[in-house]
Amino acid sequence: MSSTFQLLVNGQSHRVTVDYDDTPLLYVLRDDLRLKGVRFGCGAGQCGACTVLIDGRAERSCELPVWSVEGRPITTIEGLATAGRMHPLQRAIIDGQAGQCGFCLSGIIMKAAELIERDHQPSREKLAAALDENLCRCGAHARILNAIERAWKEDSAGGGK
Amino acid sequence: MSEPVRLPWSLRDNPILRQWVDFSVPGTARVFTAKVELGQGILTALAQIAADELRLPIERIAVVSGDTRHSPNESYTAGSMSIEIGGSSLRLACAEARELMIEAAARRLKADKARLSVAGGSILLDGRQSDLDYWKLAPEIDMNRAVSGTATLTDPKDATYLGRSTARFDLPAKVAGGAFVHDLEFPGMLHARVLRPPSANMHLTAIDLSAAERRPGVVKVWRSGDFAAVCCEREYQAVKAIEALRASASWTHDDRLLIAGNWKDWLTTRLAVDSQSETGRRSPVEGDVIRRKAIYSKPPIAHASLGPSCAVACFNDGALSVWTHSQGVFPLREALAKALSVDPRRIEVIHAQGAGCYGHNGADDVAMDAALLAMQVPTRHVRVQWMREDEFAWAPIGSPMAVAIEGAVGPDGKLLEWSSEIWSGPHGRRPNLFGVELLAAAQLERPIAFPVVHEDMNRFAGAARNSEPPYDLPYRKIVLHSLPNLPFRTSALRTLGGYANVFAVESFIDELADAAGIDPVEFRLLNLSDPRARETIEAAARISGWDRRAPRGTGRASGIGFARYKTTAAYVAAVARVDANERVRVERVDCAVDAGLAVNPDGVINQIEGGIIQSISWTLIEQAAFGPGGIAARNWEEYPILRFEQAPEIQVELIQRPDLPSLGVGEAAQGPVAAAVANAVARALDCRIRDLPITRERIVSTLARPD
Repeated sequence: MSSTFQLLVNGQSHRVTVDYDDTPLLYVLRDDLRLKGVRFGCGAGQCGACTVLIDGRAERSCELPVWSVEGRPITTIEGLATAGRMHPLQRAIIDGQAGQCGFCLSGIIMKAAELIERDHQPSREKLAAALDENLCRCGAHARILNAIERAWKEDSAGGGK
Repeated sequence: MSEPVRLPWSLRDNPILRQWVDFSVPGTARVFTAKVELGQGILTALAQIAADELRLPIERIAVVSGDTRHSPNESYTAGSMSIEIGGSSLRLACAEARELMIEAAARRLKADKARLSVAGGSILLDGRQSDLDYWKLAPEIDMNRAVSGTATLTDPKDATYLGRSTARFDLPAKVAGGAFVHDLEFPGMLHARVLRPPSANMHLTAIDLSAAERRPGVVKVWRSGDFAAVCCEREYQAVKAIEALRASASWTHDDRLLIAGNWKDWLTTRLAVDSQSETGRRSPVEGDVIRRKAIYSKPPIAHASLGPSCAVACFNDGALSVWTHSQGVFPLREALAKALSVDPRRIEVIHAQGAGCYGHNGADDVAMDAALLAMQVPTRHVRVQWMREDEFAWAPIGSPMAVAIEGAVGPDGKLLEWSSEIWSGPHGRRPNLFGVELLAAAQLERPIAFPVVHEDMNRFAGAARNSEPPYDLPYRKIVLHSLPNLPFRTSALRTLGGYANVFAVESFIDELADAAGIDPVEFRLLNLSDPRARETIEAAARISGWDRRAPRGTGRASGIGFARYKTTAAYVAAVARVDANERVRVERVDCAVDAGLAVNPDGVINQIEGGIIQSISWTLIEQAAFGPGGIAARNWEEYPILRFEQAPEIQVELIQRPDLPSLGVGEAAQGPVAAAVANAVARALDCRIRDLPITRERIVSTLARPD
């Protein structure tokens, strides 16, 4: 009853075998590909901790069956850095010390990455709206918004990626 | 003889120098703590302290945290005491280690101590590099001596790190990949899931273990009493197998409604154990005395950690290893030893970070689950992760509370007397405080039941925390009606009773100020002589642009709240500005904090900001919903929390006092912010809401009710 799929994750092709056809992408990413930055928060698409990019769109990997993403490019937080350099959003979170426990951060960064890819200078309101479905329990919201706002300002000011 | 030095209790309990610091790794000073990283940045702040006392660059400090094999036994990371107690202990030990090194160098170099100093771990003679350093001198130091606590501490004025914002060590890993106990992997590690009853008072009557056993990857299915679990080769196999097991289970029936109506009535009519404290004397007053009374309440609140609790355990040759995000590796070890009948010396408990816990969540319970299952499959590591529903349904919750206050104000606006009554369930039911207190232990075939706990007026006990108003009062009486174990499991949630008490005390202060016709900021200052408290309130009023003539009832207003957490920790005054026209929205919070010497100022501000936002969430939105049998809200739709679009703008002003002891901040903002929001809503609507949370429905029903 097991099935095999070809996944394209962070630019690399992987062949994975699952026991159940409804296996969510999250378990394959975490347990087979060891991409632990994909976090299990709720398993119901309600908190955003498991957010990854699929075809550049932010999706909840905890309720996305692995069969539905076969062959489509998947990016996790581990794939955001390029040539060993952190993505400006990762850098921004650290520079702004914008987190406490940090459990929500990779999902938030992935969601913000989707937004910034489409809209280079989103307003703070747009950013808050985009992140509204991502939960943070420690109350780092204001810091996160400040840090990301700074990141794209510097990016658009010529800092580059 | 001089007075004996009074050591912080972490140091009294762990007096030996090598329990705190060690130079066995060349070039590095290892420092030991039982305090653990909960997202509050404690390990960075402790490294700052050690780096300055040892005169080392912070990169050369290795902090060993929360490990029963190496750490001093400092019990729990709780109560905003990690810097106050753990930090001051480490500071004394490191300073003493530095002085002992200098003494040893003086002997070697046959030079007067006054000519010696340390930089980067090297000994300087008359400011010039000698060939001695800590690691060469270490064999000459008696690391088994008791720390005297008499070493000269580094003056923060001369410090490199103390009092200076320092970037957290733990953040880079958290934005790059695995960083949590959830992410640990060991060769051959099994994944487990646990089956728990649909509600707390239901018992397992029948189950078909083979329903799970025939599923792919299942290695072990195990049941004892009301506890059943599966261990599988892969994680999703366990998720599916436990569902199969759940479908095969039958339970006793329980549809009792634990709570009907409101928490205030429910709490104040339960059987209680009473204690009280009374200070001062009532005295007659000339002129018109204003008297008021009011009763306030808060519902039970969930810890609602973003990541469900998780642990890994391995049982090998009679020895148990447990990796956990517990706040107390030592108490957990003792509780596990009792629950599993294993010698505590054969158990090692090692901290690994989890999602923010904010108190006693499922961390300890899932560690017990993992330990129990590891003993069924010896030599294999077993990783147990709770599902989201488990965390909401089974982690302890913060107790509901009711607070009734009566007070009187003289014609001069001075407070005359204050009497309050508090009703609350227990707050401090952590493992090994009163008994084992582990969920699975209470569910096994031979259960270890939860101990029955009630509290007393001891201000650190929980329910009475911050019930004493900080104001000058000729007479004060406080009665605690402690309700022993409620029919649901309550335990430590950030601030314990402090949140409800400060909400009530500071709401009532505003009610008295209104009755006396005095501005709330002015009224507080009129009745407060502690200069640090006054300065904190004045700072919050100043940075918020507090307007004494602001009109009432316009739908928008500001309110203030103040407290010194536990009466001993940091001072916080907050001004919240709300728009209460539709639903309540907190637009802005301006906050002043006096935490003595703030070791890592940005870390303190981060904690305060988080406390502000979490408190707004509690105050406006949160209540654990109950249905037949128990907790009904088991996901984020049923238990919403504050979101990005609702987050206010925040300004925090830190009153830095390098010459004064550091004061805990992790729980300092929640109470003042709740009161500030409630007081702002009262001024915006000209109507007082005394029951939390302040929802739109509650406002509508309060406005409709004749007062």
